Amino acid sequence: MALLEVENLHVSVEDEDIEILKGVDLTINEGEVHAIMGPNGSGKSTLAAVLAGREEYVVTDGSIRYKGEDLLELEAEERAEEGVFLAFQYPVELPGVSMTNFLREAVNSVREARGEEELGAADFLKLVRERAKLVDLDPDLVKRSVNQGFSGGEKKRNEIFQLAMLEPTLAVLDETDSGLDIDALRTVSDGVNKLRSAERAFLLITHYQRLLDYIEPDHVHVMVNGRIAESGDKDLAIRLEEEGYERFQREPAAA
Amino acid sequence: MSTSETEYLENVANQEYEHGWRTDIESETLPEGLDENIVRYISERKDEPEWLLEWRLKAFRYFERQVEEGNYPDWAHLDYERPDFQDMRYFSAPKEKASYDSLDEVPDEILETFERLGIPLEEQKALTGVAVDAVMDSVSVATTFKKKLKEKGVIFMSFGEAAREHPEIVKKYLGRVVPYTDNLFAALNSAVFSDGSFVYVPEGVTCPMELSTYFRINDQNTGQFERTLIIAEPDSYVSYLEGCTAPMNQKHQLHAAVVELIAHEDAEIKYSTIQNWYPGTKDGEGGVYNLVTKRGICEGDRSKISWTQLETGSAVTQKYPSVILKGDESVGEFYSVAFTKGHQQADTGTKMHHIGKNTKSTIISKGISAGVSNNSYRGLVKVGKNAENARNFSQCDSLLLGDKCGAHTFPYIEIGNPTAKVEHEATTSKVGEDQMFYCHQRGLGEEEALKLIVNGFCQEILAELPMEFAVEAKELLAIELEGSVG
Repeated sequence: MALLEVENLHVSVEDEDIEILKGVDLTINEGEVHAIMGPNGSGKSTLAAVLAGREEYVVTDGSIRYKGEDLLELEAEERAEEGVFLAFQYPVELPGVSMTNFLREAVNSVREARGEEELGAADFLKLVRERAKLVDLDPDLVKRSVNQGFSGGEKKRNEIFQLAMLEPTLAVLDETDSGLDIDALRTVSDGVNKLRSAERAFLLITHYQRLLDYIEPDHVHVMVNGRIAESGDKDLAIRLEEEGYERFQREPAAA
Repeated sequence: MSTSETEYLENVANQEYEHGWRTDIESETLPEGLDENIVRYISERKDEPEWLLEWRLKAFRYFERQVEEGNYPDWAHLDYERPDFQDMRYFSAPKEKASYDSLDEVPDEILETFERLGIPLEEQKALTGVAVDAVMDSVSVATTFKKKLKEKGVIFMSFGEAAREHPEIVKKYLGRVVPYTDNLFAALNSAVFSDGSFVYVPEGVTCPMELSTYFRINDQNTGQFERTLIIAEPDSYVSYLEGCTAPMNQKHQLHAAVVELIAHEDAEIKYSTIQNWYPGTKDGEGGVYNLVTKRGICEGDRSKISWTQLETGSAVTQKYPSVILKGDESVGEFYSVAFTKGHQQADTGTKMHHIGKNTKSTIISKGISAGVSNNSYRGLVKVGKNAENARNFSQCDSLLLGDKCGAHTFPYIEIGNPTAKVEHEATTSKVGEDQMFYCHQRGLGEEEALKLIVNGFCQEILAELPMEFAVEAKELLAIELEGSVG
């Protein structure tokens, strides 16, 4: 069943007359892993932000349905509660806010929305230790302020750790692989692979095919100039790595 | 102010009147106005020794002269009407008796009032590890755990009792750090102060529990003028906390307190404040004028005084808890969170006066402004001629919620010795859209996100509060934040 249906999505930046997404169509079924590749400025991260509910983007046309409902009707926090998760390309620092407090609020807010009981302190800490292991994250990081003083790799692993804690239905990973060395990339990918399930879909946004060596996608899409220019299986990613995006940029994008 | 808090305070006020409080209070309240007779009445009412009355009268004459000459403190940049000293009352006692010998004598209504404020006075219900002196309007109504403290030789009682029972100590120290000539409001307090807390910790004693005074303005038009005096003898330690609330009142009410701290050799005093006086309506009507003078002296070598404050209430706040670093190697600290919203104005900071050698001071101030409020840090670091190797570190951070509020930092530095090292850092930030979106994406709503971010901003300061009160402080901040967005 279709979990996410994006149809003819047109998006502009608030206050500016620039259209970034120019008619995106994308369907993701439950449990599927999709990858969107494309050159800088093609609109990949904008799509991620719009899915998560960032307000500075304005949807001028088209629709997004999630679990059969109109996603655009929901506030960002409601989308999170409904199981939409965004792993940020640039995770934000929250000085003085401990990871523990932040996560407990987040986990309980999502649990409440699902009609589950709040996690007690002991259960919560147990879950933290268990899920931190998935991405080989030092559990002591949880005592520090959110993302403050974290290395680039720690920030990215922390995003996947939060994904593991919040157990979303649709996880969007916005260039989680960028800035990671090969070992960290493997750790993060292993974590994601362990989190794959029949109920959980992934949308991976990346520049490089190398991420897809570790996380095998069901579908690969090429985004160029605000549109999906081509879709295929993982072989498309390999071809892209060899040929580059030039071919798509030269030719007018196929409808 | 949030509706829930408004309702809450309204409820408290109404409840009291329902129980016939008003009659009791009226019979025990002086008429509006101030003259020498009022000063004499208060002193007589409190059964004070002659020398104290004389001291009050001297202060009163000094005060009158200052008013005539218009010598109002002008360090702060605040915009408010000068209080009309003839238009307020100077004494109000909740009951016929101005003090109670034991908790059993305290009327239930008063116990209930404090309990409703979260300050249970009956010891079996009280917070363990905290002794409380409860002051309503002009008098101290109860002090808990007196006996336990007495075993250690710690004296913790209302100021009135101390003047009667320990006149030699009171006489020795009263006005020593804040003389009545300090400023007009200190002079007024010295003339008409009605009660307050007195703490004396003998040599070598670590006070076994947190000491706390809870001030409540209850009467409609009474000024609150309490006086606190804390003396730590050599090698002793005490941690003291004051909390304050007042019901809603259309008129402005004046709170002009004086606090004096004296730390002898190797002694340490930690003084914390959670100030939540009524801030006035959303449109800026009413609210408490919180104009207080707080100062401590590190008298002995290696002594230490630490001020921590959470200022959330009052229409106008003007206070600079200060430390005179007289002893060599003495240490002064000031940790502050000031939260303003609506039409509130806060002008607060500290003065660190380095006199002894190798003295050290730390200032960390966090200002949070919302609504159309104005929030200023104003601080002075003064290094005297002989203060070799004085060190100061100051950090002032401001956080803006919205775009109609103001945050200002005014650091003053006077250096009289070339070996001094003084550092100052200041930042101003807005709660970022990126931060809010990050929180929203994790399922947190507007208020939850803001509470987390603001609490994080204040974390360094809240960590300085005694544990029993850190939770209360966080809750208070959370209540203040409700409805302050947008």
